[in-house]
Amino acid sequence: MLELKNLSFSVEGEDGKKEILHDLSLTIDNGKFVVITGPNGSGKSTLARLIMGIEAPTSGQIFFDGQDITNLSITERAKLGISFAFQQPVRFKGIRVIDLLRLASGKKLGISEACDYLSEVGLCARDYIEREINSSLSGGELKRIEIATLLARQTRLSVFDEPEAGIDLWSFQNLIRIFENMRSGIADSSIVIISHQERILNIADEIVLLADGRIQKTGSAVEVLPELIGTAAAVNACEKLK
Amino acid sequence: MLDLNIDDIGKQILAEVADIHDTPAGAYNFRVNSQLAGRHTTDNIDIMTKEGLPGIDIFIKPNTKGESVHIPVVVSASGIKETVYNDFYIGDNCDVTIVAGCGIDNCGEHDAQHDGVHRFYVGKNSKIKYVEKHYGSGDGSGKRILNPQTEVYMEEDGVMEMEMEQIKGVDSTVRTTIAELKAGAKLIVKERLMTHGEQVAKSSYQVTLNGENSTADVVSRSVARDHSSQTFNARITGNAPCNGHTECDSIIMDEGKILAIPSLEANDVDAMLFHEAAIGKIAGDQLIKLMTLGLTEAEAEEQIINGFLR
Repeated sequence: MLELKNLSFSVEGEDGKKEILHDLSLTIDNGKFVVITGPNGSGKSTLARLIMGIEAPTSGQIFFDGQDITNLSITERAKLGISFAFQQPVRFKGIRVIDLLRLASGKKLGISEACDYLSEVGLCARDYIEREINSSLSGGELKRIEIATLLARQTRLSVFDEPEAGIDLWSFQNLIRIFENMRSGIADSSIVIISHQERILNIADEIVLLADGRIQKTGSAVEVLPELIGTAAAVNACEKLK
Repeated sequence: MLDLNIDDIGKQILAEVADIHDTPAGAYNFRVNSQLAGRHTTDNIDIMTKEGLPGIDIFIKPNTKGESVHIPVVVSASGIKETVYNDFYIGDNCDVTIVAGCGIDNCGEHDAQHDGVHRFYVGKNSKIKYVEKHYGSGDGSGKRILNPQTEVYMEEDGVMEMEMEQIKGVDSTVRTTIAELKAGAKLIVKERLMTHGEQVAKSSYQVTLNGENSTADVVSRSVARDHSSQTFNARITGNAPCNGHTECDSIIMDEGKILAIPSLEANDVDAMLFHEAAIGKIAGDQLIKLMTLGLTEAEAEEQIINGFLR
């Protein structure tokens, strides 16, 4: 279970201090698939980065399974069971797909297991396992490898920052299927996805709508989604990809 | 097991520089502390001690395929300073792997220095893979110095692939490589260099493409840590319709210093030459990504460097 208590985050800009998140409180229960949505600039990605520890809040606290993790490092949070998929996955010269999957799983992952994770994200394992995670991979390929690393980690909390950003329509169809699978195998773990995609919002247990760094509304997909359709917080794939 | 008169330090160095854990198959010549420690020749590969100069001549008969030659050097006594000349005469239509490499273990207070001068005469249509690793160990105050000088002369349609690696423990190195290629010949160089402490490394290449459709691809990746400094100087000269590419890509850390000087010279209108150079520190998002997988910052750094120098 993840609890955010009175989280605020501000940055020093040219015009003085700018507050990105204001006194935000939120609880994400085990077994829940939660989508955080909202217009651009509403603070969604910042919130995801605060959960992973990539940014530190200006004030407030974060609890994970009852433990205060506010002052823990990224590494410590990762070890406790939080994982994070980047909006723009990182490239590495010389590090291969198999290497990253092994680092993610924390063990000497066998080729066949690694292949299972890649197949799960729709990549032909044989073609990718030895590939370097460098600029020869497309944005869509990188995104899927990023998701495969989270599958390999199997943590209690997985945070995805705009998984649909920068991928083609075909990959998007596949992405929905991956999340549907994750949704059904969620057990005691929870999944937080930052997204504006209607189809991802549709499969959420709970939708959190952010605007101007504040929670505007939370509720089930049935409760929240009708209000969002057609707004910047919920677009369908084709509109988004235009 | 290695059935030679070599002590444990020597054996460890052999494992590091030439991946030798056992007596190698094929031809070999082991030089330990300036002495011949073992030699084996085959019907196709002959090794002879040079007359008048320290070093060996290696003769590979035409049409020799699938054979290998190992010529590792171990320096484990402090105070040795030697220059060794090894010449390879490779016949036409060969396909051979050559593994060189030098390791210095210096526990004493005197400098230990090995300067290896290697000359390769590559016959027509021959394919050579050359692997060279340099390694230093020992905690003495004496410096470990390696200055390899490599010359490659390629006849028509030969292919030479060179992997040159110096990852650890060499205090000072000046690496000089020159190559001259005739028509259709191809040279591929993959250099990996890491310096740390107060080490100084200089590496220079002069590749001359003299024949039509000759090609060269010289790629160096390096990491400079602590207070070490590196200079990479690669020049490709095109004197005929040819293709040349050189790339140096470096990670700079701590107080390291790197000077990269790629250069191109075209003396023929159909020479196609390219160079690339990049120097930068490890990207912050690379570290963060690996930390989100549970690695500490130091572990993440190590993984990034190991991958980069693969």
